Amino acid sequence: MATPIIRIKELKKIYPMEGETIVALKGIDLEIQPGEFLAVMGPSGSGKSTLMHILGLLDSLTEGMYELEGRDVSHISREKRADIRNRKVGFVFQTFNLLARSTALDNVKLPLLYRRPRINGSQEKAMEALRTVGLADRASHLPRQLSGGQQQRVAIARALVNDPALILADEPTGNLDTKTGREIMKLLNSLHERGITIIMVTHDPEIGRFARRRIEVRDGIIIQDEED
Amino acid sequence: MNIWLTALRLAIGSLWVYKVRSFLTMLGIIIGIGSVIVMISIGRGAKANIQEQISSLGSNMLMIFSGSSRSGGVRGGFGTMPTLRVNDAEAIARECPAIANVTYSIVKNMQVVSGNTNWGTSVQGTTPEYRLVRDWPVKEGEFINANHFKSAASVVVLGSAVAENLFESWENAIGQKIRINNFPFRIIGVMGSKGRTPTGRDQDDVVFVPYTTAMRKLMGSRLPGVVHFIGVSAQSKQLVDEAKREVEDLLRQRHRILTEADDDFTVRTLDEIAATSEKTGNIMTLLLTSVAAVSLVVGGIGIMNIMLVSVTERTREIGVRMAVGARERDVLIQFLVESTTMSFVGGLLGALLGIGASPIFLATLFSAAVGIFFGFYPARKASRLDPIQALNYE
Repeated sequence: MATPIIRIKELKKIYPMEGETIVALKGIDLEIQPGEFLAVMGPSGSGKSTLMHILGLLDSLTEGMYELEGRDVSHISREKRADIRNRKVGFVFQTFNLLARSTALDNVKLPLLYRRPRINGSQEKAMEALRTVGLADRASHLPRQLSGGQQQRVAIARALVNDPALILADEPTGNLDTKTGREIMKLLNSLHERGITIIMVTHDPEIGRFARRRIEVRDGIIIQDEED
Repeated sequence: MNIWLTALRLAIGSLWVYKVRSFLTMLGIIIGIGSVIVMISIGRGAKANIQEQISSLGSNMLMIFSGSSRSGGVRGGFGTMPTLRVNDAEAIARECPAIANVTYSIVKNMQVVSGNTNWGTSVQGTTPEYRLVRDWPVKEGEFINANHFKSAASVVVLGSAVAENLFESWENAIGQKIRINNFPFRIIGVMGSKGRTPTGRDQDDVVFVPYTTAMRKLMGSRLPGVVHFIGVSAQSKQLVDEAKREVEDLLRQRHRILTEADDDFTVRTLDEIAATSEKTGNIMTLLLTSVAAVSLVVGGIGIMNIMLVSVTERTREIGVRMAVGARERDVLIQFLVESTTMSFVGGLLGALLGIGASPIFLATLFSAAVGIFFGFYPARKASRLDPIQALNYE
């Protein structure tokens, strides 16, 4: 098999909190191959969000080793992490997190604004991403003029615009009704079929079934790892 | 697109969204910069005015006054002790190489009579060189010349203020007779206008007669050859200090003053006078400017306050930007450019205001408007509260 897109060994995360130390992750070993669709399941407080933040390079790890596309990213500077987030990772959040005062198109363009070195044709790239999620005709709308499902699609377009190796979705259907949630899952599924690696955090087993592989985290360790 | 341009576009965008808030924040800077500029220009104007007055005294001039009289414990001030003589002035002209012209005069306040009008003024008995030392043009007629001086002629030259007070139009004053101390004098000239001295004395309120005539007819002194004032002009501006030294050394020698003893005369240069008034002006400017600077600081604190609020409000936005790859630097630049844009635009408006308008009127108007505006907004907000909500407010 090819190099795994993600390789994690003995990953630990310890926070200091009000004088105590909280061990959020107690030693995680995980390998994810390119093109996988993985769901991270578990109740709140299990450590699945912490895991997701570390995988997305929003947070640093305390102990252990993390390789992204064969490159050791365990202990790199904040600045390097920002660059890797920009190029390799696309985030989709539960609350969409679009900039309220920017149009859909400008929201999608946002990652391109921080890309180094700069690239030409950001307008076209952003339009193409909007087309992928089926919202090309809403490019000049503000987020408040869009429905929840449409906002999440814009967020997915934003995650796609830099052609990332990996999309991290944190409860992507959490703020949507069941029907709209399913549509979003179908969209993620179609991206998976195009070969994009997707890691999704959810506590909802029904949503989890959309993924091909599910791991369950509880009290900071992986207790189950099943594949269809 | 360049990162700075992007940041500038973002900044203008987010300032535009909160137009009123941005403007209010800028107001501090607008007022600060405006007042700094107004204060500086007031200071400059005052300084220029003083300079002009000082240079009206004469070019490269040194003034020598006789010492102060002393009777018992009472000291009379400059010129009250008759220590300066005509031969002192003549010696200065002879022996000091740095000097161009020397004049001397004797002064007394007297009543000048023309027909049925009269005027009390300062009568100066002086020499033909006086006009050169003081660099004082004659407007009409001529000044005292060497012949008038030698023959102690009964001629008089009027200062412009005196001419205006004695004659309806000074053009036909030339050739007329006036009486001083009951002696008739023929008017031979009218001086140009010099304006006031830095101390406020009207330099044009004066009449000039030859020194010789004054001594014989007007101020017959028990001490012949006494002068109140010797005026000296140096060869050039650079030589003023040199001339002062020469004059002081010479007079000490002539007056046989011992090394330790004090001078019985005083030499003043225009530079010394200018320096004093300039110092006063500088202190004034500094004071005004520092007051203005304080208002700038206050304006700056206003900007800081608003930016803090803005950062708190947009915590989520910052998070999103960071998640999609903004580095610390990018976020820092974004907010810095925003606050700088605000203070720069504020400064620009302030500068225009400061330069463009009459300062005092504007400042008054502005402070009134500011008071009304700042008071009105919170008051209106208070008055529009729903009473039930206000009562239940925690």
